[in-house]
Amino acid sequence: MFDLSMIEAVLLTIITASTPLLLAAIGELVVERSGVLNLGVEGMMIVGAVIGFAATQATGSPTFGIIAALAAGIAMSLLFGFLTLNLMANQVATGLALTILGLGLSGMIGEAFIGQPGISLEPIAIPVLSSIPFIGPLLFNQDLLVYTSYGLVLAVYLVLFKSRTGLIIRAVGDNHASAHSLGYSVIKVRYLAVMFGGACSGLAGAYLSLIYTPQWVEGMTAGRGWIALALVVFASWRPARVLIGAYLFGAVSILQFHAQAAGIALPTQFMSALPYLATIIVLIMISRNKTLAKVNTPACLGKPFVPDR
Amino acid sequence: MRIELEKRAEHSQLMTFLSPLVAIGLTLVCGSVLFATMGYNPLDALYAYFIEPLTTSWSIEELLVKAGPLVLIAVGLSVCFLSNSWNIGAEGQFTMGALAGSMIPVLFHEYTGAMALPLMVLMGILGGMAWGAIPAFLKVRFGTNEILTSLMLVYVAQYILDFLVRGPWRDPDGFNFPESRIFDAAHVLPKIGEGRLHIGMIFAVIAVVVVWWMLTRTLKGFEIKVMGETPRAGRFAGFSSNGVVWFGFLVSGGLAGLAGMAEVSGSIEQLTPIISPGYGFTAIIVAFLGRLNPIGILFAGLLLGLSYIGGESAQVSLGLTDKITRVFQGMLLFFVLACDTLILYKFKFVSSAKRLKETAHV
Repeated sequence: MFDLSMIEAVLLTIITASTPLLLAAIGELVVERSGVLNLGVEGMMIVGAVIGFAATQATGSPTFGIIAALAAGIAMSLLFGFLTLNLMANQVATGLALTILGLGLSGMIGEAFIGQPGISLEPIAIPVLSSIPFIGPLLFNQDLLVYTSYGLVLAVYLVLFKSRTGLIIRAVGDNHASAHSLGYSVIKVRYLAVMFGGACSGLAGAYLSLIYTPQWVEGMTAGRGWIALALVVFASWRPARVLIGAYLFGAVSILQFHAQAAGIALPTQFMSALPYLATIIVLIMISRNKTLAKVNTPACLGKPFVPDR
Repeated sequence: MRIELEKRAEHSQLMTFLSPLVAIGLTLVCGSVLFATMGYNPLDALYAYFIEPLTTSWSIEELLVKAGPLVLIAVGLSVCFLSNSWNIGAEGQFTMGALAGSMIPVLFHEYTGAMALPLMVLMGILGGMAWGAIPAFLKVRFGTNEILTSLMLVYVAQYILDFLVRGPWRDPDGFNFPESRIFDAAHVLPKIGEGRLHIGMIFAVIAVVVVWWMLTRTLKGFEIKVMGETPRAGRFAGFSSNGVVWFGFLVSGGLAGLAGMAEVSGSIEQLTPIISPGYGFTAIIVAFLGRLNPIGILFAGLLLGLSYIGGESAQVSLGLTDKITRVFQGMLLFFVLACDTLILYKFKFVSSAKRLKETAHV
């Protein structure tokens, strides 16, 4: 019934659906490891999507669009950083504000682009490797952002767990008072982490508007930023598990199209709601295991740091 | 020279009142800049946005119609936020309340007795409560993060609504439009006056008074605030942290459900795939702008209601995109949160030389 090329096609769609989740989640993982909870992923992502699309339309170059999306994500994250790190505003509320603002801004900026055909980012075939049957097209004939997502997972793992920088980031996230006493600038480390998260969310947004569906649709992130946040919890703040989680969720979210093709007669709305239901179920499963959650959660997550002199 | 934040010994009373006003002022300034960059005269645009809607009785009524659900939802959310639970899924509870409240007009439309409306109100509240109970249960039972679960349930609720109005609840005589049957007159909330204003606004005022009384005059209100600020002290006093979570989610879910039912039965008079311009999310802004105080929320609800009407008015008179409403709302919440710093901290200007001396002393 299934032949190899069909499996390959399914796997390709899973990669496409998973990449934005992976990009956003790996960024947020670093942010949370530094002790900051930025709930504004959805907002940064959608601004990245619209700016990436707009810059691509203006210059004709998707590469430039990606750079613009990255910058837009960082700009949004700096707003969040200023409020929570300088003004000590509540992180949960500020993250929500960032999402509301991002959805509003993107709607306004994007209005001019509704219905315009976009320019898609072309895949880059890696010589020799991409001609391996089956594996080649799947792994070595992807676009720049897919390669970037794999590179980021590896880089985040190496930096967080195998380098001194990572030790400092985790120290700031687990015990900011001690890190401060040791002479590390808590605020600076957190700013850099928040900016990294913003850049990743911007890239995730650009992936949506330049590759996933190369056009601008209002609200096109459709809760993916929130799913990315759930993924970080699911992964218990471990980069490799974020990779697995993102692909699992990508597979669930793509299931609806394949279920329809296979003639499964469930209401489409049920299939569309599946990723959100799956997120809830996964969160329950993770939180049931109390020790696992406790051991890995950064101890200072969401707590403001007021340097005391 | 640098600016430092110094923690105040106690909350500044003056700033508690001033900070929302400062936030509104800053939003207007930023809004003017935004209008100017878009090529509009800022004064004309601000007039079209915030003053013009207040000049006709029609739009003042419409403002109250929009403020009603915002105030109802935000009052419930304030109970939740004060107890430090984060229900951000009010939009979903609103939708489920609207669905539950529409069961009689859609499924039992022949029943037009006197009890129809009271039953619909009750079912709306229960529908919202049931949807709010899910994140509460998951948080209490498994410790699942309520922010993410309540938000995910918004999407699920919207798909349920979409499924019902396109499928089983579609109007059999509706030419295949994705809409339910139009509600019978017996299933429509009574109007106030001749226009579109319905008694949903009265529900909101009642909720404001009751929650204000509960928060300031009863032990339950004290319990909520203690558990929100210092849960450890609260537990010594014998308060149950699980009880507070349940209470917050049931109250906010119930009121959001009531708002949903009132919107469908009072304003739209049928079910459609989209029944809310994001009331559940805007209500979060209303709750914070009102400083989580029911009376403050009443005023904040009117202002945010104005932002919806202003968006429509500016679109008509200047051709401005109504998308700018969401930008205004987002900016407002940002400035509210930023200005709240003034309540807890004061700015101190420290010159570099003095700072050096201070460190030398240590």
